[in-house]
Amino acid sequence: MNIEWYIVLSSLLFATGVLGILIRRSPMVILLCLELMLNAGNLALVAFSRMVGNGQGQVFAVIVMVIAACEVVVGLGLIVAIFRRRLPLNVDDLRELRG
Amino acid sequence: MEAVVFFVAAIGALGGAIGVIAMRNPFYSVLALIVHLFSLAALFLLLTSAFVAAAQVVVYAGAVMVLYVFVVAYVGGGGESAWEPIPGQRLLAPLLAIALFVELSIAVLGSALKALETKGPEVSAGFGNPAAIGRLLLEKFLLPFEASSILLLLAAVGAIVLAARRREGEGDTPSKHSPSRLEGVSPSP
Repeated sequence: MNIEWYIVLSSLLFATGVLGILIRRSPMVILLCLELMLNAGNLALVAFSRMVGNGQGQVFAVIVMVIAACEVVVGLGLIVAIFRRRLPLNVDDLRELRG
Repeated sequence: MEAVVFFVAAIGALGGAIGVIAMRNPFYSVLALIVHLFSLAALFLLLTSAFVAAAQVVVYAGAVMVLYVFVVAYVGGGGESAWEPIPGQRLLAPLLAIALFVELSIAVLGSALKALETKGPEVSAGFGNPAAIGRLLLEKFLLPFEASSILLLLAAVGAIVLAARRREGEGDTPSKHSPSRLEGVSPSP
């Protein structure tokens, strides 16, 4: 398969993640959609790494995985803290910090 | 053969992604994301990057998704309200997503990268295996590697501080399991 197929698939997955963030209200599903977008980026990185024939893009992908794990841990910690305070788990209700 | 594997994995990845945003129950969304991650690992294998594929399965589909499943089981599903703060948000959002997809595709495919229409150069048998990635990480990218390990440590400490029970927090259920060793670290409520 040519590299462009992977790139088109990656942009399709990224657009799906954006769509999920726009239409869903639950912070947990929004975190999952962030994962989708990060993974789309990972796919593009690995595809470009194969295109150049150089392994450095794969190192980038591994670092992106680390960043994604950190984001998940902090995000899920926030969700647990919100749940403990009996606040609604809905991003439209959690708008106190909005100016 | 390669095309068959690619299309099966691509359909799995796309179907998983659509499942994540379409499922009502967050638990099913997590399961759909696991399907998506396994399909992406197959795509990584097609791109001859074995280490990234293995890390994807072990770290993502293994560890991170277990964390998600635990939190979903703890917090529970719960339906989403149909209230829209922006009128017509559910109609505008797909249009924006399609526009973003078209824009990204034009930006990448319309670039002058001639190598996009090839399969990439011939690579040696060791391309993307753990030895090659490990050598790159420890020789060329040592500083990002160490920085990411510090970031992981910070995230773990931050998550403990965020999710730990507070001593006299408002709305918290008092529990005898309250971890006393975190009292010094937890911010005042």
